[in-house]
Amino acid sequence: MEPQVILPISVGDVISKAEQAKRDGNRLVQIGCTKIDDTFEIIYVYEKDYQLTSYRITVKQDDEIPSISGVYWGAFVYENEIHDLYGIHVTGMNVDFKGTFYKTTIKHPFSVTITKEDNPCQNK
Amino acid sequence: MSKQITVPFGPQHPVLPEPLHLDLVLEDEKVVDVIPTIGYVHRGLEKLVEKREYTEYVYIAERICGICSFIHSQAYVQGIEQIMGLEIPERAQFLRTIWSEYSRLHSHLLWLGCFADSMGFESLFMNSWRLREHILDDLESTTGGRVIQGACKVGGVRRDITPEKLDEMVKGLKTLEGELRDLTDVFLNDRSIQHRLKGVGVLSKEDAYYFGAVGPTARGSGVAIDIRETGYAAFGKINFKPVVEQGGDCYARCAVRAKEMFTSLDIIEQCIRKIPDGPVDMKVTGAPDGEYFSRAEQPRGEVIHYIKGNGKKNLVRHRVRTPTFTNIPPLVTLLKGCQLADVPVIVLSIDPCIGCAER
Repeated sequence: MEPQVILPISVGDVISKAEQAKRDGNRLVQIGCTKIDDTFEIIYVYEKDYQLTSYRITVKQDDEIPSISGVYWGAFVYENEIHDLYGIHVTGMNVDFKGTFYKTTIKHPFSVTITKEDNPCQNK
Repeated sequence: MSKQITVPFGPQHPVLPEPLHLDLVLEDEKVVDVIPTIGYVHRGLEKLVEKREYTEYVYIAERICGICSFIHSQAYVQGIEQIMGLEIPERAQFLRTIWSEYSRLHSHLLWLGCFADSMGFESLFMNSWRLREHILDDLESTTGGRVIQGACKVGGVRRDITPEKLDEMVKGLKTLEGELRDLTDVFLNDRSIQHRLKGVGVLSKEDAYYFGAVGPTARGSGVAIDIRETGYAAFGKINFKPVVEQGGDCYARCAVRAKEMFTSLDIIEQCIRKIPDGPVDMKVTGAPDGEYFSRAEQPRGEVIHYIKGNGKKNLVRHRVRTPTFTNIPPLVTLLKGCQLADVPVIVLSIDPCIGCAER
């Protein structure tokens, strides 16, 4: 298994890192979001020759993040997903479903955490 | 310029096994734009990590998809094991490899059948699914499940396969290989199939790479991405070469899947020849504390299970990027410029699994 490092970057660097990744011949592997307390971590993963390069930004729900769909055209699926599930605004998407990519009963269902009380593991 | 009209395609359509909706913008019979819509079967399975302990969650991970369920569970437990620094027994790694190749075989046969059906080849559809039964029977007799195997667990696998059964599997697959050659001979050489598929839905190598195509969709366009080459499970100890075609059309994607079945047969045989004796699981204590992108090669391409834990019994995040999800943008590209009558064949040529994509 390959060692993996996720480099923290600022929101302002998202597009320049995407452009750099494309210049270096990387493909976009995925963009994913994780809610950590009141913040959201968004990880951009690129790959070339099976080597992953990952960048992490940390944002608040009201923050806006720029779309990288101008660099990687297929990024719109990930960005619409992040918007619909977490409620984070992505600006400049080439295909913007305006909140209808996923049809969920609860708006932005992944923006709340529902973990119950922390009992010990079964295999403690 | 002709007048443009929009024709809805799906979510219910005779060739679609799962709900995908496409708004096809047409000029006469030519597709000039496509707007894809999913979201009909979004179940929010990833959210269940907050309710289920990480060891129990294996059962949910393998229910993400009913076709490549084993590889979902494999990718999930692999990620947990990586975070926890577990070196699972080698025999378990080989068993996982055998079952994952069986999954690929049954998925490709299922797809070949559906693809034949989309072209109106009913007998080819039935023959593909008849051969698939042999694979499902072996999966059932070795794991206990035809669709959901339930064989993977954190720390190894739940079942072993006896040497006698392994010998029996090799013999059975030898017989199957002959029948598969007859079947794929039709897919690869029949004149009317070639006429239906060649030059239809062409995806260039550059578009496949930068638009995010994976699996046979990428390899059919000359992009040699196959995560098995990273050597996860026992793939590092097996000799194989990814099947790559250069055509980029529906025929090339079909050829990749047809030829990959023989690679899978070879991998299974190598695994059975090389599988070491020993235990198939290990005791696991504690909970994962860290994060990892676990990758595996599903029948449709690279799947990624991102796992983040904080040392407690519930994971902080489990995010799955399935191959169909990332194959949607290339599909849009494939459809632009095609004829309306070719849309069903082109859509099926990426082997869409929407249940998997939406999780």
